[in-house]
Amino acid sequence: MDAPTRHPPLRPSPFGRLFRDGHPWVWITRCGTALLLLMVVGIVAIVAVNGLSTFWPRRLVRYELKDGTVVVGEEIRREVRKVGQASVEETQVFLRVGNRDLSGGGGDFRWIRADDIRATSTPEDLLAFERMEHGPAYGRVRQVIEVETVDGKRRNRVVAEGAAARAALETGMEAAAARREARLELQEGEMDRVSKRQNELNDELRRFQREADPTSPSFAGRKQALDARKAALDAEFEPVAAKVRAILAEDRRHLVLLEDGAGNAFPKPVPMSQILRIDAVNALSFPGRVGLAVGRFWRFVTEAPREANTDGGIWPAIYGTVLMTLIMTMFVVPFGVLAALYLREYAKQGVMISAVRIAVNNLAGVPSIVFGVFGLGFFCYLVGGWIDRSFFPEKLPTPTFGGGGILWASLTLSLLTVPVVIVATEEALAAVPRSLREAAIACGASKWQMIRRVVLPHASPGILTGMILAMARGAGEVAPLMLTGVIKLAEDLPLDGEAPFLHPERRFMHLGFHLYDTGFQSPNVDASTPLVYSTTLVLLGLVLVLNLGAILLRNRLRKRMRTGVF
Amino acid sequence: MATPAILPSAPEMKPPPPPGGAKAVLEVDHFNLWYGPTHALKDVSMSFGERQVTALIGPSGCGKSTLLRSLNRLNDLIDNLRTEGDVRLRGDSVYRRGVDVISLRKRMSMVFQRQNPFPKSIYENVVFGLRVDGEKRKPVLDEAVERSLRGAAIWDEVKDRLHKSALELSGGQQQRLCIARAIATRPEVLLMDEPCSALDPIATSKVEDLIIDLKRDFTVIIVTHNMQQAARVADVTAFMYLGRLIEMGETTQIFERPRFSETEAYITGRYG
Repeated sequence: MDAPTRHPPLRPSPFGRLFRDGHPWVWITRCGTALLLLMVVGIVAIVAVNGLSTFWPRRLVRYELKDGTVVVGEEIRREVRKVGQASVEETQVFLRVGNRDLSGGGGDFRWIRADDIRATSTPEDLLAFERMEHGPAYGRVRQVIEVETVDGKRRNRVVAEGAAARAALETGMEAAAARREARLELQEGEMDRVSKRQNELNDELRRFQREADPTSPSFAGRKQALDARKAALDAEFEPVAAKVRAILAEDRRHLVLLEDGAGNAFPKPVPMSQILRIDAVNALSFPGRVGLAVGRFWRFVTEAPREANTDGGIWPAIYGTVLMTLIMTMFVVPFGVLAALYLREYAKQGVMISAVRIAVNNLAGVPSIVFGVFGLGFFCYLVGGWIDRSFFPEKLPTPTFGGGGILWASLTLSLLTVPVVIVATEEALAAVPRSLREAAIACGASKWQMIRRVVLPHASPGILTGMILAMARGAGEVAPLMLTGVIKLAEDLPLDGEAPFLHPERRFMHLGFHLYDTGFQSPNVDASTPLVYSTTLVLLGLVLVLNLGAILLRNRLRKRMRTGVF
Repeated sequence: MATPAILPSAPEMKPPPPPGGAKAVLEVDHFNLWYGPTHALKDVSMSFGERQVTALIGPSGCGKSTLLRSLNRLNDLIDNLRTEGDVRLRGDSVYRRGVDVISLRKRMSMVFQRQNPFPKSIYENVVFGLRVDGEKRKPVLDEAVERSLRGAAIWDEVKDRLHKSALELSGGQQQRLCIARAIATRPEVLLMDEPCSALDPIATSKVEDLIIDLKRDFTVIIVTHNMQQAARVADVTAFMYLGRLIEMGETTQIFERPRFSETEAYITGRYG
């Protein structure tokens, strides 16, 4: 009768065990993580290597070609390319030869065939010039020239030539730099102040002409007073402008004539003030190279762009990105936290609230350009237009707030990122232990006191997580900004030393847009490609720094909230 | 035993006076409570005597915690809850419309099953009730901290680290801190919901000694599933079963001469 009880074996088959213990799944999760890591590391590595190598001073190589021509340039890379209809493979060298003005409209990059090279050398006297215009120049200094006016005729006098020319140029450049500083101080200081007052007076004049009644007895007197003020301001402006003109004239008097590596002179001498730096890159020792690379990186992140964003630095874009992200955070966090508090703590849970929650979550899936269009229509045109009509009517039709600006861009991005904050905050609120809420209530706290003193502090690490995600998303977003306030080249920073310091209506530069602009809109693709990598690297670093700050803050809060010991 | 299993309770009957002849502080008057369709408290009528320790005992799910949380209306936080009948604190109705539950809870503090100090300093934990009441004067707060921590028999252990996090204390210390927090606002009634269930035996005995001390100043109502604890600390014990109050009397009487068969069955360990 009694069937013998069957005990399961203590050593099941290895195959059955494999699946019961889930080893294949563990392996799949490991592979997934590894793949993800690989991709992240790959992207960061590509960006870092390409971005940083831009700043490394390459040697200037002198190539003697078989046909007798001499080419001087920095070797960027070598490639095996297919040439001609027969698709013959041959190695070519990609060079940055600079000297755009010498090649007569040609680019400053050039391919040469490796087979054509007869000999290469790196002469130590070759110099790399960084210039205000026309990109870099490579070669030597031929003549330093001073323009003299004799008997009403302008005449060039050669001050130094050959070996002495370089030293003379360096002295001249120092003087030119001092003049530039003096000029900028005048232009950005006194000249700017007077011209701002002139603009205000012009607005006043326009308003007067529109509104004043020409038949009224006071009309003539008031008009006279305004005209007198205008004349006084013009008189104030004139001497400053004259000083600036004198400096510019002095700049035009000190010229330098360069020659390329092969010894061909440039078509015409240029003012010394056009030359920013001279580096004898071939003569540099290794520490010297490192120093030059660091200096170049430093100038990249602290200077403004030049030459349609294909040269110079990205400081205004860094500044704009950080400021925009911070303004966005200032809006999005309180807004999102309030919304989440209502949804989670006060609203009666039901169909309506679930619908709201789903709507909020779906908002996160709306393409960002749609937010851009909304921001343009609502913030710029509607709200900004209203502000302009109400507060700045004398400036119309020039918009003040009625166009793109950093405030509208930040607000648009805070709309875009608010779902992230709401979702994270709601999760954090839901995770506050019921026992703590009861403790507060039982101590006689009202619901608001409970939320304010117990729930919110306890949820703050989670809220900060939401803030981190929102900042990361916001800092990298480009499309909505293109409609609501970003600009290729901004004259003024949106936050500066001029009252009222923060200028919410100003357009601004942004790293993400700068990337797009240098990468895809550049007139000189070869020159701007390395900048794309460098800019990406800076953007990545910036997001990392912003996030690290928030994460440190969160960890400090978490430490305070850690659960008790038993 | 021939006695009926459940006390007859006519609607017109007043709650019986507290056993032992003490003055009634808190009266529960024909109190019913439903969680949705579940009838959790059925016509409970009882009184709690001033400066007495009353223990509520009974098997799991008998409604003793629910009754305790009904006294300071902590159950209000739960959706879908309905009550009938009333609770009176020194004659003041607790469930009447327009009652300020916040001041009610200040008169009836609560200590919970699991120690739940706030993630703040020891000092801030104790003065929480005073702070939400708007008290800002440092001397008043300092006085309350020392008085409450002494009252909760933890002053000597923490007086040198009042501004350290309360979460660094041991479990038993945390629970005594919670008791200090509860008595800081000088409540009339102290409600304790199984205050020792998460503590080890040594910490438990400390808290039990403390409860007996607290009796001098407060009316204590303690829910416990531990009958020895009830026997040790309580003057009066009430036995509840299936949402009803079965029997209430002086602790010695309940444990030695229970009048109802359910009480006897529970006390002798036949269920629960």
